[in-house]
Order: sequence, then C-alpha cells, then structure tokens
Amino acid sequence: MVLVRILYAFIAVAGLGMLLGAGLAFASRFLSVRKDERIAALEAVLPGLNCGACGYAGCASYAAAIAGEEASLTLCAPGGEDAAKGISEIMEVEFNGTIEKKVPQVHCRGGQGRSEYEFDYFGIKDCNALYALLGGNKVCKFGCLGLDSCIQVCPAGAIDYDSESLIWVDKEVCIGCGKCVEVCPTGVMRWIPYSADYIVVCNSTDKGARVRKYCSVGCIACKICEKKSPEGGYKVEDFLSKIDYNTEGERKSGAEACPTKCIVRNDRHPKK
Amino acid sequence: MTYIGIIITFVFISNFILTQFLGLCPFIGVSRKMDSAVGMGFAVIFVMSMAALATWVIYHLILVPLSLEFLQTMTFILIIATLVQFVEMVIQKISPPLYKALGIYLPLITTNCAVMGIALIAVRSNYSALESFIAGFSAGVGFLLAILVMSSIREKLDTEWVPKPFRGIPIAFITAGLMALAFMAFDKALLKNLLG
Repeated sequence: MVLVRILYAFIAVAGLGMLLGAGLAFASRFLSVRKDERIAALEAVLPGLNCGACGYAGCASYAAAIAGEEASLTLCAPGGEDAAKGISEIMEVEFNGTIEKKVPQVHCRGGQGRSEYEFDYFGIKDCNALYALLGGNKVCKFGCLGLDSCIQVCPAGAIDYDSESLIWVDKEVCIGCGKCVEVCPTGVMRWIPYSADYIVVCNSTDKGARVRKYCSVGCIACKICEKKSPEGGYKVEDFLSKIDYNTEGERKSGAEACPTKCIVRNDRHPKK
Repeated sequence: MTYIGIIITFVFISNFILTQFLGLCPFIGVSRKMDSAVGMGFAVIFVMSMAALATWVIYHLILVPLSLEFLQTMTFILIIATLVQFVEMVIQKISPPLYKALGIYLPLITTNCAVMGIALIAVRSNYSALESFIAGFSAGVGFLLAILVMSSIREKLDTEWVPKPFRGIPIAFITAGLMALAFMAFDKALLKNLLG
C-alpha cells in the first residue's frame, strides 16, 4: 500500500514536471521573439567582466542599451579602444578617435614612520568606518587610511600592499572600472593616465608648514618642481602640486629636486 | 461579505510585507525609485493572483484526489516557476511595452517567498477558487501599497540628511520597521467592527 502511494506521488510529480516542461518548450517555440542579433555580437566584443563602470548592470545590459541606441558607444572602460572599435563596427558607425586608458592610483606614500597618527584604531577593517571616526586616525585627513577597502572592492585584483606596506595599484592589471575611486572616502584614489611617467603622491591641501609637521613625504607646495621642470606641467594649487598630463615636457628634474621626495616614477609594482 | 473580508485581511491586516515579513527582498531592493516600485508592485499583483488560482486548480484536481497533499510545497514551486516563465513569454510576444514595464521584475519573483506564501495560505484556509484568486490579488495590492509608500519615503530620505552609518539600506530597514508598527493598528478586531 505504501509502495503504491509512493508510486502515485512519483508519477504525479514526474508527470506534472514533464507536462509543464513540455508546455514551456512548446511555448518557447511558438512564442519566441526574434532578438536583435547585434546584442549577441556586442556581448562578444565586450570584455564580460560585468564591472558596471559603464553605468549598466552588466555587459549584457550595456549591449542591449547600445543596440537600442540608448547608450554611448565608448562607455566600456576595461575594453578601452578595442571594445569601442568592435562596437562601432557592429553598429556600423565610423570610429576614428582614440580612448586613452586611465587607471586610478593612490596619491599617498605616508604610512607608519612617515606620517603622524592621532590615535590607534582597532575597529573594523574598513576605510569608510575609520573615516566616519574623525576622518581617520592620521593627522592628515587627505591621505590613504591604509585599510583594504579598495583591495576588497577591486574585481581585477590589481590593488595590494607593496613592499612598504602601502597600498598601490598595479596599472598592468587594473581594468579601469573605478570602483576603488568610488569606495575611497578620502579621495586619495585619483585617476591618472595609464601612460603617466611621474606622479605626485600627495593629496593634502594643507599649507606646507602644517604638512611638514605631520608627514615626511607630503607636498609642501614649495614650487621647486614648477621651477626645475617648467615644461613638465607641474602646477601648485591649493598648496598641492598636480601634474597636467596633457603636457609632454620633461618632468624628471622636477621630480628629483622635490625636497620631500613625494614625486615618484609611476612604475612601481605591488609585491606579488 | 467574505470577499471584502479577504481583501481587507490581505491588504491591511496580514499585509505580506509589514506583518508577515514575506517578500522583503524585492521590498528593500526595488523601493529606491517610485516608478520601478510601481512596476514591481503590478508584477507581484499579477503573479500572485495567477499563482493562487493555478495552485488551487492543481491542488484540488490532482493532489487531493490522489491524497498527495504533502507534496504541495514541491508542486507549487514547480507550478509557480513554470507559470511565471510562461507569462513572461506571452507578454513578450503580445505586448512589448508591458514586457518592458514588467519584464525585468518577473524573473525576480519566480521563486519569491511571498508568491509561495499566498499559495500555501490560500490552501490552508480552504478557500474556493474565486476566494484564492481574490486573496492572491489583494495580497499583491497589499505589496503594492507597502512598496509604494516605502519608495516615496525613500525618495524623500535621499534628499534629507541622514547620519552616515544609517545611509542606504539601514535607514530603509528602520523605515520598514516603523511602517510595520503603524500597520499593527490593523488587527482582527478592526475587521470584526467593520463587518459586524
């Protein structure tokens, strides 16, 4: 008797499942809608990282938006120029511009021993949590907090602590999605061109005398870089030197003359 | 009178979100913007009424005659998932604008506990086919009501100053909790007073 009931149950569920499955199979054949073939082609061109840098939920929805002519063709940061070219071919649009690859970088080299700290932090390991507490445990409120929020959020694994236990982005691995820029509370993670040769690793807009008190590698706005490399695009604004990467001039002598050594070559790699 | 009783019960007294705490995932996830909340609300109304009706049919025509009531959970999952997929296909074929409005929300609720909940509750309450349908419809309306109120509050909250640790999801949950407190005013005694 029990066996019969088990058999009934088995037949009922299996039969129902088969019936519904067959129904769906038929329905999908009769009710199929011809999809835009370009969408599949676009998805093949896009890198498939689903990083969301374009502002859409993923590569598939960006492809659909392109095919529906709702989105710009050049929004894919990881794909860069190759993706833009592929998209333009599929959409039969002329593409002759160039897209310069940009990568974010940590504009701070102040860690233990170089920067002054206000207090010891033992809270959860998250930059935004630390930042909510008096803007961080450093005296400098502009620098890298040194926790691993950007490392956690990076889909490419491009960010890590380097040999000096400071956070650094590996520009070879970086896909340029910008998630670390979004998550960083101090704004020390800033965009630079992939081709940038030198980088001013300071984000402090405090006056030079104050920076000198709390950090040994901060920009003190002495303007020596401006004077030594007049063609290099160095510009001191708000007591912080910034490089205009549109200028092609020589930057080496300005970097080497920096008294706090806060202009460094952009060829570091995080330790593996 | 019982139909009105069912409607009041499922829209207010046992509102799926605010008193039974079913379907919280779309409630928090899709209540950011008013228009997507409305889209989700209507998709839920649609799926819940259809699911309540379809599960009633299968339960009373297949499971009860074979005395296999214990299989209800499993078969209901099967039916609801199939039904939603089927409905999605039909809408996509017949009405692209409606598909654009509801389409992206439909797959989200194939396996939603609120839809499953209404099917099981309707069976447990021994409702007739029409009563099940009405129960499903009004539970959906209750969902729409809750998510609509929630989304309008959240749109306002976006422009307000909220303490940093509470921004985003935390303040949404606190808001939902306060709304649930307000909905405690609707109880069975109210229904008795209303319907005598």
